[in-house]
Amino acid sequence: MEKTKTFPPQTAPSERGLDLSPHVSDEIRKTTCYMCACRCGVNVHIRKDHNGREVVSYLEGNRDHPTNQGVLCAKGSSGIMQHYSPARLKKPLLRVGPRGSGNFKEISWEEALTTATNWLRPARQKDPSKLAFFTGRDQSQSFTSWWAQAFGTPNYAAHGGFCSVNMAAGGIYTMGGAFWEFGTSDWERTRMFMIFGVAEDHDSNPIKLGLSKLKKNGAKIVGVNPVRSGYNAVADEWVGITPGTDGLFILSMVQELLKAGKVDVPYLVRYTNAPWLVIEDPGAADHGLFARGKDGHPLVIDRRTGKLASAEDSDAKPDLKGVAKLPGGRKARPVFEIMAEKYLDPKYAPEAVAATCGIEAGTIRRLAAELAHAAFEEEIVLDREWTDWRGKKHDKMIGRPVSFHSMRGISAHSNGFQTARALHFLQILLGSVETPGGFRFKPPYPKPVEAHPKPHSKWEPDTPLHGPHLGYPLSPDDLQIDENGRPRRIDKAFSWDAPLAAHGLMHMVIANAAEKDPYGIDVLFLYMANMAWNSSMNTSGTMEMLTRTDEKGDYVIPKIIYSDAYSSEMVAFADLILPDTTYLERHDCISLLDRPISEPDAAADAIRWPVVEPDRDVRGFQSVLLDLGARLGLPGFVAENGSPKYRDYADYLVKHERRPGIGPLAGWRGEEGEARGRGAANPHQLEKYIENGGFFVAHIPEEAQFFKPWNKAYQDWAVGMGFFDKPQPYVFSLYSEPLRKFQLAAEGHGDRQPPENMRARIREAFDPLPTWYPPFQGEMVDKTEFPLHAITQRPAAMYHSWGSQNAWLRQIHGANPLYVPENVARAAGLQSGDWAWVTSHHGRIRVPVHVTAASNEKTLWTWNAIGKRKGAWALGKGAPETTRGFLLNHLIHELLPPRGDGMRVSNSDPVTGQAAWFDLRVKIEKADGPGADSLMPETGGQVSPVGQGPETVEYGKAWK
Amino acid sequence: MHPAASVIVFTTFSGIGFGLMTLLGLRFGVENPWFQWTATIAAYFFAGLGLLSSTLHLRRPDRAWRAFSQWRSSWLSREGVMSILTLGVFGLYSIGVLFLDVYDPWLGAIAAIMALVTVLTTSMIYAQLRTVPRWSTGWTPLAFYGFAIAGSLLLLAALLATFGAPHARQVEQYAMAAIIIAWAIKYGWWRHAETATLSARGSGTGDATGLGRIGSVRPFEPPNTSPNYLMKEMIYRVGRQRARALRRMALFLGAVAPVILIALATYAGAAAPLLILAFLLHLAGMLAERWLFFAEAEHAVGSFYRATDPMAA
Amino acid sequence: MTTLPHHTEKKLGLVIDLDICVGCHACAVSCKEWNTGAYGAPLSDLHAYGADPSGTWLNRVHSYEVKPKEGPAQLIHFPRSCLHCEDAPCVTVCPTGASYKRTEDGIVLVDEDKCMGCGLCAWACPYGARELDGAVGVMKKCTLCVDRIYNDNIPEEDRVPSCVRTCPANARHFGDFADPESDVSIMVAKRGGYDLMPEQKTKPVNKYLPPRPKTQGATANAEYAMPAAETVQPGGLLGWLDKALAVID
Ligand SMILES: Nc1nc2c(c(=O)[nH]1)N[C@H]1C(S)=C(S)[C@@H](COP(=O)(O)OP(=O)(O)OC[C@H]3O[C@@H](n4cnc5c(=O)[nH]c(N)nc54)[C@H](O)[C@@H]3O)O[C@H]1N2
Ligand SMILES: Nc1nc2c(c(=O)[nH]1)N[C@H]1C(S)=C(S)[C@@H](COP(=O)(O)OP(=O)(O)OC[C@H]3O[C@@H](n4cnc5c(=O)[nH]c(N)nc54)[C@H](O)[C@@H]3O)O[C@H]1N2
Ligand code: SF4
Ligand code: SF4
Ligand code: SF4
Ligand code: SF4
Ligand code: SF4
Ligand SMILES: [Mo]
Repeated sequence: MEKTKTFPPQTAPSERGLDLSPHVSDEIRKTTCYMCACRCGVNVHIRKDHNGREVVSYLEGNRDHPTNQGVLCAKGSSGIMQHYSPARLKKPLLRVGPRGSGNFKEISWEEALTTATNWLRPARQKDPSKLAFFTGRDQSQSFTSWWAQAFGTPNYAAHGGFCSVNMAAGGIYTMGGAFWEFGTSDWERTRMFMIFGVAEDHDSNPIKLGLSKLKKNGAKIVGVNPVRSGYNAVADEWVGITPGTDGLFILSMVQELLKAGKVDVPYLVRYTNAPWLVIEDPGAADHGLFARGKDGHPLVIDRRTGKLASAEDSDAKPDLKGVAKLPGGRKARPVFEIMAEKYLDPKYAPEAVAATCGIEAGTIRRLAAELAHAAFEEEIVLDREWTDWRGKKHDKMIGRPVSFHSMRGISAHSNGFQTARALHFLQILLGSVETPGGFRFKPPYPKPVEAHPKPHSKWEPDTPLHGPHLGYPLSPDDLQIDENGRPRRIDKAFSWDAPLAAHGLMHMVIANAAEKDPYGIDVLFLYMANMAWNSSMNTSGTMEMLTRTDEKGDYVIPKIIYSDAYSSEMVAFADLILPDTTYLERHDCISLLDRPISEPDAAADAIRWPVVEPDRDVRGFQSVLLDLGARLGLPGFVAENGSPKYRDYADYLVKHERRPGIGPLAGWRGEEGEARGRGAANPHQLEKYIENGGFFVAHIPEEAQFFKPWNKAYQDWAVGMGFFDKPQPYVFSLYSEPLRKFQLAAEGHGDRQPPENMRARIREAFDPLPTWYPPFQGEMVDKTEFPLHAITQRPAAMYHSWGSQNAWLRQIHGANPLYVPENVARAAGLQSGDWAWVTSHHGRIRVPVHVTAASNEKTLWTWNAIGKRKGAWALGKGAPETTRGFLLNHLIHELLPPRGDGMRVSNSDPVTGQAAWFDLRVKIEKADGPGADSLMPETGGQVSPVGQGPETVEYGKAWK
Repeated sequence: MHPAASVIVFTTFSGIGFGLMTLLGLRFGVENPWFQWTATIAAYFFAGLGLLSSTLHLRRPDRAWRAFSQWRSSWLSREGVMSILTLGVFGLYSIGVLFLDVYDPWLGAIAAIMALVTVLTTSMIYAQLRTVPRWSTGWTPLAFYGFAIAGSLLLLAALLATFGAPHARQVEQYAMAAIIIAWAIKYGWWRHAETATLSARGSGTGDATGLGRIGSVRPFEPPNTSPNYLMKEMIYRVGRQRARALRRMALFLGAVAPVILIALATYAGAAAPLLILAFLLHLAGMLAERWLFFAEAEHAVGSFYRATDPMAA
Repeated sequence: MTTLPHHTEKKLGLVIDLDICVGCHACAVSCKEWNTGAYGAPLSDLHAYGADPSGTWLNRVHSYEVKPKEGPAQLIHFPRSCLHCEDAPCVTVCPTGASYKRTEDGIVLVDEDKCMGCGLCAWACPYGARELDGAVGVMKKCTLCVDRIYNDNIPEEDRVPSCVRTCPANARHFGDFADPESDVSIMVAKRGGYDLMPEQKTKPVNKYLPPRPKTQGATANAEYAMPAAETVQPGGLLGWLDKALAVID
């Protein structure tokens, strides 16, 4: 356009009434975001609406917060819409229609709590195992588990078993911590970063902040993922791996590194069990266990003398190869040599794995070389002194700037535990765990597997469980099975089905309870998990199980109590609803006893507090649980005079002590708030947190920031903080003895052995060295019939099912197509916009498709949890979530197809029981004909107990 | 672009109305008061209805008066100013004609020129938009003129015939010629439109995003899963079949039928009803033509939402 | 005023780095959140909980699949908001004078009290940066957070657009393009920042930084290759081990 002379003169901004400095808010209240489990610090701007009520006007990240440093993701920013969602439950509800219908009547809290108590009390008095209490992605597991323990039921777990226990357990058994929530990359210093199977992860904002740092520093980012979206889209290189084959790819790189000698030998000798001697006496009951001296310490070969020495002997120079003769004449070899032998096998050669992994051999070679280059040619030296646990002073910190990150793409497979182990293992071989530029633990980690609790499940009437439910078994002795080898827990965790089920198997609870296998229950008590919908494999089947009746017409699962904050699908399938507050209306605690928000340089914890008051008759679930505990008279919940011990959750947070001086919150302990970590309860602790922006940070001294498992200063600091009671240095387990013990049982040793038909699978899956086997489902179905993989991803701007009630987020993700690779689409005659039938061994769905070129050629994918059941979430008729949004879950079964012997096992990792969501195999055909453009299966609908949302939202009008 | 009824009516009707004002201002009519009254009312009816309809397009019509302020840069403002001025000047001229029996040729000529300028301003609202390659061409004002003149001549001929004016036949012939010329221009416009695609203009998906330098570009995910204002307003999709059928209909109603009817009128004597019918059919054809004018127009923002490069489709 | 200023003292705008944008929509939502409560009318959402929800957004994030001549297809995320063009056609087409470009800093704004909701400016904008609000019927567009960047009620470090402050990947930068020494100018010069649709002759102020080239194939980064010779040596495949162990004292 031609520029025109300004006549009349340009109107000055002020004349236009443009206020450049408008009032922003009356007050900022700092709390913790809970639009996802990342737990960022959030500044909540409060102002008054036209009626003088306080409303939330704007949310922004808290710049001082260690997790998000001021940024906020899409979910976080849309918290206003969640907080004012029309789907919020308003009052306790008692079911009046059949399960699934959504017909409820509103009741008072007194009636609700009395009802719950009346359902729970008989179970506790007669048989606590008749209660199954499972919680979803809440962040108060140290509290809910304490309640369950006091109740005495063995049947408690949170959602980790279907989520990411493979990653957690794989890391903890290997190095006492894992990618995921227990550690992170040294973003400032890493030169090469590989991210395996991550769409979003719980570290949503930190990963993004980290990636941008890497880019700024010119570090290389490699994304290993069948799909090239999100982080993989910005990665410098994308490795479009075939699902379920990462283990093979990783071990092939291990072979390359071993061949070229590109592993950190001094590191392996000092900090791992690489030199430890493994007994070689085939057939013996200790074949494959560590050779130990009389003092029980593992033995090594001293390189100078060729003689045996204790691994604890700091003067010994352990060898990594050779054959040792043990007293008594038996042979033993160092872990390293056994390991090298295993991985130098031609079956791990790049050429041998290329086709399976869908990655060119040359690329595997090059990536191994690049790792080696970054680790050894770009070595980092920090001039920082530190002292190791043997008292030896080091004047430098040597770093290998390579780091990995990984999550469910690896863990949600039936070989996920071993794959997760393989990746931690590779990170160790490169000498880059807890060294500058590598992977770093976040306090209270590192924590060796031995320092974790063991599982407990012995129940007695009216008695608390004698220890925590969940833990880390070290041998078959720690399994939770009865004299006949039958599972003691309803989810069969810690049985031969899933021996190392450190997080339980929430995905099996409903199925097992409905089958009364191993036994029936009276009350199913769920919290914050949409088990009738996206949380379950086999969604249609789960809805059937929740409504299944016996000959008498009674529900097989007699009573279901559920706490949700919103009108989810699961609400419709429960009998008694305990409505929770939103995250801005309650106290919460992000505790170091639980899932930490620490950073590698600092321990941190945080709270939520009611920054606004609820406008409905709802109560914070933790406070309700305290109330229930008191009504049931659970030990720890009542004072000596029988009155409730804690007023509410806030009171508990401040007063409760787990061990003397150790409470839910680590900051401002001691009467004056002078202590951190350990200290007496401080009645003003929460106020201190609020003053400080809702969180507490304790920085790790500089000399203690790296080499944490072996760093004396760190160990002392951690003891001071109360993470452990005495220093606990340890070495990493390249070779895992606990795994070998399970393998020995499968080989016929010991008095606890797996059932016959499970021996082979235990033997294979419990390899003490990281291994790879094909995912089970792929092996059990006809691969020519079901040639394709189907997986899901987290969308960055949506949190599971609960984002759909959010007026803003649902515009971004209101529907989901199935993304189909071009070659597959061509073969099936599919174009974007078409509809297709997708079939697995278990089910069939009809869905809209979109053709893509940016994914692995054998892999279909879609966004997770967009589809909704009609009537849920206060959504109106025709909501796209119900017409064009679908769940892949209908295709996934909680059991694998029957085997030759008719036996069906859980569709889970055989080690940990982690749900194998991503093992799904399918075929795809074009859906033709009239009406082919609608979703199948039809899942019915539910009446909305909260009505429907308004037609128009004009947020901001409230005060404008 | 979304073919909103308000703008379709606005552009077609005001074209005919101001076209008729031009013809009347240039004294194409007859000094029959009945004719003058009818013709003047018709001119005001079409121009007025067009303008009124354009205000229906406004979401805040109460502020329409502000639209007169930016004549120095905005074609829409100019259109507003010109149409009101023209209505005024033509009104003065008409008062003379209708009430005072005064024909002021100068005032008539000025009104005629202003009416023509108004048609130009209307067309420039669209022709100025670089964002819509089909519109952004000299062919657009030409086509607007062609149809304004053809439609108004046909209307004039029908009126003249109705009032038994002797030169109705002559005007019929002009109208026929004008229809043919207008459609010839439209043909030219269509030919131009075929090449005036986003990618040809350098506004294809690859250019729009700047990602074309890496390779061929196609949208993967839109920002929202349900349609938004932009998509509803700028990305109207007409099926190829439907477009072809409508184009045929526009051509038949707007050109072929009127031409045949005019020819019949010329030779069959019963001129007025045939010409009125011809005009009505032409008007219907023009509405179809205008519908397509909007509906088929690609807006540059479409490049962000769907592949505009055949290579990437 | 509908005419454009000859010259603006500053040219404030955004740089968007396509190399790191992960397509998380944080900027879009934060923008909506700030602006629904700040400048002008709220950004409404129609059918908010029903079929076809559709709301006003001042910033939307697309994603594209790009097929290079060689190598696998890439996905590139692409946020789109007003570019505060120097030759802004949206301003000159506006009949009411509601749209204007500020002389001080070049920000293009709509004075919502004057807008009659004709929609022509949205037609004139090639970038789809203007949206007519469905509830209020006035034109909405990115304000460059003009009510934040000069706001004395906001701490100085936070006087940046809401979308910039929130972007977790640090893909958005705000600054003055009139100053060749500003961070944004330097970034654009270094990384080859480009204009969208230059043929539209709008002279956008905002710039996009292109994605950096990707590594692919077996032969890339050949300089890092591990010496093949080392794989065959005396002492078997682990012949290097003795040497390696000897290094540890
Ligand atoms: N925005 C958002 N953030 C979330 C959540 C959310 O719902 N929304 N949920 C939270 C929860 S509960 C969890 S558990 C975490 C999960 O966080 P993620 O680990 O990011 O989980 P998914 O989205 O399931 O991503 C799995 C990724 O693995 C890839 N993948 C699948 N199979 C394979 C494979 O065999 N190999 C490789 N290399 N990749 C594979 C998929 O393509 C996908 O990119 O996210 C948390 N964060
Ligand atoms: N196909 C497929 N299925 C999957 C996965 C996958 O990758 N693919 N991932 C699995 C994984 S890892 C996970 S974690 C699950 C997640 O699945 P879910 O655990 O079902 O997660 P949400 O849908 O977020 O449901 C949690 C429930 O908590 C409720 N809620 C939200 N806020 C509150 C609150 O403040 N208080 C209370 N009391 N309730 C609240 C919500 O309304 C919702 O009903 O999905 C699993 N399902
Ligand atoms: S990542 Fe987003 S949703 Fe999750 S806690 Fe942080 S800001 Fe909230
Ligand atoms: S917030 Fe940043 S990374 Fe996320 S979409 Fe916007 S520009 Fe991209
Ligand atoms: S991007 Fe569009 S709205 Fe913004 S100044 Fe340019 S033309 Fe106007
Ligand atoms: S919609 Fe408003 S701002 Fe846009 S051109 Fe019309 S009057 Fe001007
Ligand atoms: S500058 Fe402000 S108004 Fe513009 S896109 Fe960013 S947040 Fe939205
Ligand atoms: Mo999860």
